Amino acid sequence: MKKAKVALIELQNINKSYVIGEQPLQVLKQVNLTINKGDYLSIMGPSGSGKSTLLNMIGMLDRPDNGEYKLANKSTVTINEEARALLRRDHVGFIFQNFHLIPRLTAQENAELPLMLAGISAKIRRARVNNVFARLGILDRAAHLPKQLSGGQLQRVAIARAMVMEPDILLADEPTGNLDQRSGLEVIELLEELNQQGITLIMVTHDQQLGNRANRQLTMVDGKITQDISANVIAR
Amino acid sequence: MLLQDNWRYSWQALIRHKLRTGLLLIAVAIGVTSVLLLTSLGEGARLFIEKEFSAMGHEVMIVLPGKKETTGGAVPIYGNSPRDLTIDDAIAMEKISTVKAVAPIIAGTSLLSYQGKSREVITLGSSADIFSIRKLTVSHGRQFTNKSKDPGQAVCVIGSTIKQQLFGNINAVGKWLRFSGQRFRVIGVLQERGESMGLDMRQMAIIPIQSAETLFDSPALFRVLLELKQSGSEKYTEEKLIELIKKRHDGEDDITILTQNSLMSSFNNILNLVTASIGAIAAISLVVAGFLIMNVSYVSVARRKQEIGLLKALGATSNEVRLLFLIESLLLVSFGVIVGLILGYGLTNIAAFMWPTFPLAIPWWATLASISIALFIGLLFSWLPASHAAKHDPVLALRGN
Ligand SMILES: Nc1ncnc2c1ncn2[C@@H]1O[C@H](COP(=O)(O)OP(=O)(O)OP(=O)(O)O)[C@@H](O)[C@H]1O
Ligand SMILES: [Mg+2]
Repeated sequence: MKKAKVALIELQNINKSYVIGEQPLQVLKQVNLTINKGDYLSIMGPSGSGKSTLLNMIGMLDRPDNGEYKLANKSTVTINEEARALLRRDHVGFIFQNFHLIPRLTAQENAELPLMLAGISAKIRRARVNNVFARLGILDRAAHLPKQLSGGQLQRVAIARAMVMEPDILLADEPTGNLDQRSGLEVIELLEELNQQGITLIMVTHDQQLGNRANRQLTMVDGKITQDISANVIAR
Repeated sequence: MLLQDNWRYSWQALIRHKLRTGLLLIAVAIGVTSVLLLTSLGEGARLFIEKEFSAMGHEVMIVLPGKKETTGGAVPIYGNSPRDLTIDDAIAMEKISTVKAVAPIIAGTSLLSYQGKSREVITLGSSADIFSIRKLTVSHGRQFTNKSKDPGQAVCVIGSTIKQQLFGNINAVGKWLRFSGQRFRVIGVLQERGESMGLDMRQMAIIPIQSAETLFDSPALFRVLLELKQSGSEKYTEEKLIELIKKRHDGEDDITILTQNSLMSSFNNILNLVTASIGAIAAISLVVAGFLIMNVSYVSVARRKQEIGLLKALGATSNEVRLLFLIESLLLVSFGVIVGLILGYGLTNIAAFMWPTFPLAIPWWATLASISIALFIGLLFSWLPASHAAKHDPVLALRGN
């Protein structure tokens, strides 16, 4: 299957600095990055190099100090927070290292959250979550609370939560960081399957082996993209 | 986000923290309960007085000698003191078309004695109409019945307490009593009825007005009670009375006319004010509950930082986050109000059961006010923490682990 290359994410001259104490710390330095629809991208690099910051920038959780970020050809830096929240809700799914499930809610309720925020009725929510849970093999865990689930299961619930809105982009910040090797691999395979089905997958990882699985591998050092290797160079 | 989902989400957050929720709920409930209890006391006092006044009857007017200058006019230069009201004045009042009955009253104290026992007693001299106007009935014997037969006779009707003190258990009807030396025959004993307009009728004796005139050696009336044929004619009757007195008193309307309505409305105004004031004082406890809610909400927002960050990452807008926290407080306050209403109404009912003579009642406006004040305060004091939650930077919120 040959995919047409359509630019989905365009970052142009992005700068971002945080003020820590008195000193401003520049975390992203003149970052330029274009990601096509359906890409599978890994971001690696030393701790503190700005990987999470870049991911948050793409997910519109953070705003650049200057530079342009276009999502599907539309600028996201000129619109207000409200509009960015709605874009995020409809187009972006997040997966975190420490899952970020709400402890008082069941797996089902956690996964329903984005649908709930989007104002979708309980009946449709249930059906959609059931569907995704079945695909992820955790249907029998739907009524469990997070504390009753294993790490792998927790991350699957989190993936389900990211999937229910059928987003265009999946952002995963060290999704295997809290998992053992086996369940980590299972989770990666799941994400890759979703990518096969068309979703754009961007994953931050410390694990070189996992990072190498991506079609396109970025390395960040000190707020800059220092390496950008595409899959046609590396045999899978 | 659908509203029912909003409520459900907030509800789940509330029941997750039972102790915190419980304490805040109690704080709100205490505030509501104290508003209800204190206002019910004030309202009870108002009802008590209203009941006392209604014993006077709607169609009853009281005419007092002398003009009460409530507007504070100039003191008359020629110090002609007000004329007395006389029995003839009272008889003239009977001619007013709206007047059904007239009871002129001469009052004084006399020493009642029977077989060596004696007592100082307030003695009212009046016509037979006093019984119907003041709704007095006798338990033994009879009232003065015939105006043309009894007046001037040495007969009396005595209160039940006096009867007990002077006669004990023997029948008093037909016995002769001495009123400051003069002999009166007891023809009736009043039915026990308790107080009426501050006068304990059990401690009084009633004699025909002409007898009182000679007993006290004075024709001056203490007051005149009027009963109207129907209510609504008070204004007309008042004008007619003044006209009549002016004619009889050389152009001076030197009387004061009291109606139940005028008395009651001034009392009502005062008591409503008092009730509202103590209600407002009680509402302070609601403000305290509001401060509690605010502080606890700040703590809760800090503890749920990650949840807030997550919601934002999932696409919740700041307004949606604020709404979630506001609804949480609103739910909490609503339950507090419900508990407070149950407690307030429950306690007043128990109190009403234990002290049936004092009419405790929660005024409708106090219920409304306590509900709306509690909700208002709940929203007001949770607005700040909720807005604080809404302003959280999602990146920072998600970071903290
Ligand atoms: N909100 C913030 N306020 C202040 N400093 C921040 C903030 N976010 C990130 N930083 C700083 O910016 C730098 C880059 O952080 P970032 O989280 O992007 O690194 P990272 O590459 O993801 O590191 P790691 O591999 O440890 O997750 C770090 O030095 C971090 O301390
Ligand atoms: Mg990171």
